[in-house]
Amino acid sequence: MKLVTAVIKPHKWEDVREALETFGVTGMTVSEVSGYGRQKGHTEVYRGAEYDIALVPKIRLEIVVDDADAQDVVGIIVKTAQTGRIGDGKVWVSPVETVVRVRTGDTDEAAI
Amino acid sequence: MDGYYAFMLVSTAFVLMMTVPALALFYGGMSRSKSVLNMMMMSFVAAPIVGILYVAVGWSMGFGGDGTLFANPFELLWLDGVTTDNYVYVMFQMTFAIVTAALISGAVADRMKFSAWLVFLPLWAVIVYFPMAHMVFSCTDDSLICGRIGAQDYAGGTAVHINAGVAALVLVLLLGKRVGWPKEQMRPHNLTLTMLGAGMLWLGWYGFNVGSIVFGSTFEEDPDAFLNQFYSETGRTFANTTLATFAAILGWLLIERLMHGKATSLGAASGIVAGLVAITPAAGAVDIEGAVVIGLIAGAVCAWAVSLKYKLGYDDSLDVVGVHLVGGVIGTVLIGLLSTSEGAGGVDGLLYGGGFGSLGDQTLGVLVAVAYSGVLTTVIAVAITFTMGLRLDEEDEVNGIDLAEHGESAYDLHSGSSGSGSSILAASTSTKTEGVKA
Repeated sequence: MKLVTAVIKPHKWEDVREALETFGVTGMTVSEVSGYGRQKGHTEVYRGAEYDIALVPKIRLEIVVDDADAQDVVGIIVKTAQTGRIGDGKVWVSPVETVVRVRTGDTDEAAI
Repeated sequence: MDGYYAFMLVSTAFVLMMTVPALALFYGGMSRSKSVLNMMMMSFVAAPIVGILYVAVGWSMGFGGDGTLFANPFELLWLDGVTTDNYVYVMFQMTFAIVTAALISGAVADRMKFSAWLVFLPLWAVIVYFPMAHMVFSCTDDSLICGRIGAQDYAGGTAVHINAGVAALVLVLLLGKRVGWPKEQMRPHNLTLTMLGAGMLWLGWYGFNVGSIVFGSTFEEDPDAFLNQFYSETGRTFANTTLATFAAILGWLLIERLMHGKATSLGAASGIVAGLVAITPAAGAVDIEGAVVIGLIAGAVCAWAVSLKYKLGYDDSLDVVGVHLVGGVIGTVLIGLLSTSEGAGGVDGLLYGGGFGSLGDQTLGVLVAVAYSGVLTTVIAVAITFTMGLRLDEEDEVNGIDLAEHGESAYDLHSGSSGSGSSILAASTSTKTEGVKA
């Protein structure tokens, strides 16, 4: 199994969720996060003062999938979340040792 | 005459509403979510403290006879000798004292000890505001700004706005900057409150400006002259108050859009107040074109002036200096250019063919107000600094003055919690505490 983690632009989140659902992903964990990458935030002017805004708001998705689905899921996220502009985000894949469904005690593939 | 009496009762209630709750909402929305209650409380306590003191000695210091700086404080002590049919004038003037003191609070947001504010209020009212009200509003022969200098100030450009603005500047210089200012962005936490407050201030300001009519003769002496003045002057001051405010909203938004790229709701709310501040001294003196010019200039200049604090490094948190001091000076000085002899003062300004006389009087009036308020507010604030201290403990400031000084937080979205932290964890912590107590 793999954990696919994606950090994307907030306004793309609904599109990504729909595309993943169509593909057959049954669940995910979503959080509102903030951070920065190579673009290093931005500056904002408010009430006469200029501020460096270090952190940019993003959405983070965490999805556990079968090994076979991992590359497809990554592809869907990248295709759907892409605007081609700076700050589109990142997707990464990491190995998962064990998954347990709390309600039934099912493990691994059966628990996804 | 009955109409005038009813009008004064309504005007008085309107001006009280300017402090509670209009100013409290206006400032409260602009402050951060951890200090909104303290910000509002500073206005809410200004009313009883300054109000009771006004009835005790304020009225007497203002209107208990003649004097350069103030009248006899003991002549009308506790309204002794004032008949109840004159109480409405006392109450009207009292509401001015309250709102002027409360205006100062916006500059010291997040960091002034509540106890220091409670001590500052009565000292400032007696030493600074009551005398200034005499100098401007009493207008006896000897009274400094109105009588001796002869500066026009219809409803308090000097006594109220310049006075509060200078006092605010003195306090922020002595208090210092908030922790994290100006590096950390300290945005208003709820601009809907601020816009509501600005709208209510505008409404209340009709009581403030229009209610400030002073008659040349009493109704009994000359009914026709009394009513003529009542009708024509209230029409003028009402229209001027409205038009200047309209113009100031546009002036502020235009400058903001040009300088910073966006027209903000905070700019609209501030524009309203800047226009009202600037037309306050000039409401009776100018015609409607003059009112539009004053509003436009005040809105535009104040929109620029609020960024000065970043260049000069003083943390005037909610822009009391940038709006009230700057707007008050603009309105008071522009009378010297735009006053018309058809107005309440009967004087032509420079642009209306009256020469430099009025401009000189207005400028001198401003300088006296700045000097008096600046020197005496400094004395009071320094005295508090070196006795009880003005400033809140740094840790309390960072955690939030609402919790530190009042034991409350404005937005407790889950019952039983102390108001900070995530809802589930905070709720479970507090349940445990209650269980231990029980």
